[in-house]
Amino acid sequence: MDAFIEVDRVEKVFEVRRRTGFMKRVKRQVRAVDSLSFTVARGEMVGYIGPNGAGKSTTVKMLTGILMPSAGRLRVAGIDPSRDRTRLAHRIGVVFGQRTTLWWDLPLIDSYRLAHRMYRIPDARYRENLERCVELLELGALLDVPVRQLSLGQRMRGDIAAALLHDPEVLYLDEPTIGLDVVSKAKVRGFLKELNAGSGTTVLLTTHDLQDIEQLCSRVMVIDHGRLMYDGALAGLHEAGEGERTLVVDLERELPPIEAPSCRVVRVAGPRQWLAFPAGRSAAPLVAHIAAEYPLVDLSVREPDIEAVIAKMYAEKAVS
Amino acid sequence: MGEYRPLTEGLRAYRLIAGMWVRSTLTYRASFAMTAFGGLVVTGLDFVTIVLMFSRVDVLGGYSLPEVAFLYGLSATSFGLADLAIGSADRLGRRVRDGTLDILLVRPAPVLAQVAADRFALRRIGRVAQGSLVLGYALIASDIAWTPVKALMVPGMLVCGGAIFSAVFVAGAAFQFVAQDASEVQHAFTYGGQTLLQYPPTVFGKELVRGVTFMFPLAFVNWVPAAYVLGRPYPLGGLPRWAAFAPPLVAVGCCAAAALAWRAGLRSYRSTGS
Ligand SMILES: Nc1ncnc2c1ncn2[C@@H]1O[C@H](COP(=O)(O)OP(=O)(O)OP(=O)(O)O)[C@@H](O)[C@H]1O
Ligand SMILES: [Mg+2]
Repeated sequence: MDAFIEVDRVEKVFEVRRRTGFMKRVKRQVRAVDSLSFTVARGEMVGYIGPNGAGKSTTVKMLTGILMPSAGRLRVAGIDPSRDRTRLAHRIGVVFGQRTTLWWDLPLIDSYRLAHRMYRIPDARYRENLERCVELLELGALLDVPVRQLSLGQRMRGDIAAALLHDPEVLYLDEPTIGLDVVSKAKVRGFLKELNAGSGTTVLLTTHDLQDIEQLCSRVMVIDHGRLMYDGALAGLHEAGEGERTLVVDLERELPPIEAPSCRVVRVAGPRQWLAFPAGRSAAPLVAHIAAEYPLVDLSVREPDIEAVIAKMYAEKAVS
Repeated sequence: MGEYRPLTEGLRAYRLIAGMWVRSTLTYRASFAMTAFGGLVVTGLDFVTIVLMFSRVDVLGGYSLPEVAFLYGLSATSFGLADLAIGSADRLGRRVRDGTLDILLVRPAPVLAQVAADRFALRRIGRVAQGSLVLGYALIASDIAWTPVKALMVPGMLVCGGAIFSAVFVAGAAFQFVAQDASEVQHAFTYGGQTLLQYPPTVFGKELVRGVTFMFPLAFVNWVPAAYVLGRPYPLGGLPRWAAFAPPLVAVGCCAAAALAWRAGLRSYRSTGS
């Protein structure tokens, strides 16, 4: 497995000057990214999440060569992004949810035509890619509309197409679903899934919408205060975040709270009781125990809410 | 992929982007013609004021109307060329402030070329046209003792002048990496400089002339070489005889300095927090 993106003890420190009075300034250092290390293999689709100000965008900017790291080593496709920015640009695609890479005052198609020439995309390849994007992202009716007249969701789809015309090996998406409605989100997700599966494009996705991650990424990295808190499968987050599953038990009649090993009752409503138990553990022994000891009518297991797990993780970090 | 050559790549990107903007302006031919014509009239008024001045006086700082027109034409044309080519670079400050420079940094082309070609405005050609007309008038009306060298110097001055003004534009843009609201300062040097150069150096104080000559070598756009062509003394006493032929050197020096400033500025870019 070759590491396509290598990040090795990378740091980014911003020096912020704040005015505290006339001609008086204090310098303060903001450590946006702190000793960050990870690798991403070719063809992976990785979710990159963390609370506001965690350093996600800063990481993406370093990976694209916009910012130079303060320390550490960074390689994308063997290239040092900030030193060889222009050479790397041919091999990467970037979508910033917050700002467009399209030419604001010109019709959408102009941005694509320019990319065609600027990236030296072979004609046949360009036509093929454009056709595919136009079809899958439903851009047909928008091509002649000036970019500034597009709605947010339309513009975002236009941006994604623009980032893919030159067949990038890796696609960075910084909050690509921000502000999109349910239908647009589904469209974008479907497209990305297809892209990753079909073309084998490596994808690094930053988002605050955990459904993006759940539906797209087999691997997730959680960052907070510039440090990597978790790196692994999405399912593993439950354990790492000490997530809990819930067993909903219907008894024959109202009873005092159930007593069983390694679980606690979180709620009682008439004959129904809610029991929380660690996500990493099997439900079978617990169910067996309850079935043996109590008059059981029905039961169901609820998976932990990933949002809650992550919220808990962020909160714990803030305390420590 | 071969070796990466920033200059050829930059020119290519410039051509592509500028071409895109020209095509887009030309889709509205009528509106383009109107703005271009309007620009020509406004800049034209500029010279009319000078002509009006000469209805009251016969000479301005010892220069006759055709001679002032010579200075004016050289300054306006070379400035117009620079403004046409990279005048858009003065919008850099805004891009730095709102972080949209990020977008230029992920494209496979030098940032300066993209900044300069952004919103390439063909209507700026109005200033070049007007400057050339005045220059044409000057060449016909003045009684210059032409020699082959002097004849060659006229296009030479335009090219070098354009390069010097371009360098000032680039240096000003580079300064905007540090001070994002500095486009006014930049305008003082570019627009202010070209207005200054439209008048004979003799009407200004010695200190100003010295500053313009040595600190911001704008005097080499026209004052010094034009004095040679017109057969007049140099604006500053101490200048050596060959100073009239220095513009190419000055232009190269200015461009090199501007390039360094640009690189330093670009390196200091730190994007924004969103
Ligand atoms: N250009 C900059 N100058 C100064 N500080 C910056 C700059 N860019 C980012 N920061 C700081 O670095 C930290 C990380 O910012 P970053 O934009 O990477 O966060 P993020 O994870 O993308 O957050 P969000 O989810 O809100 O987008 C923040 O504390 C921010 O204030
Ligand atoms: Mg961000």
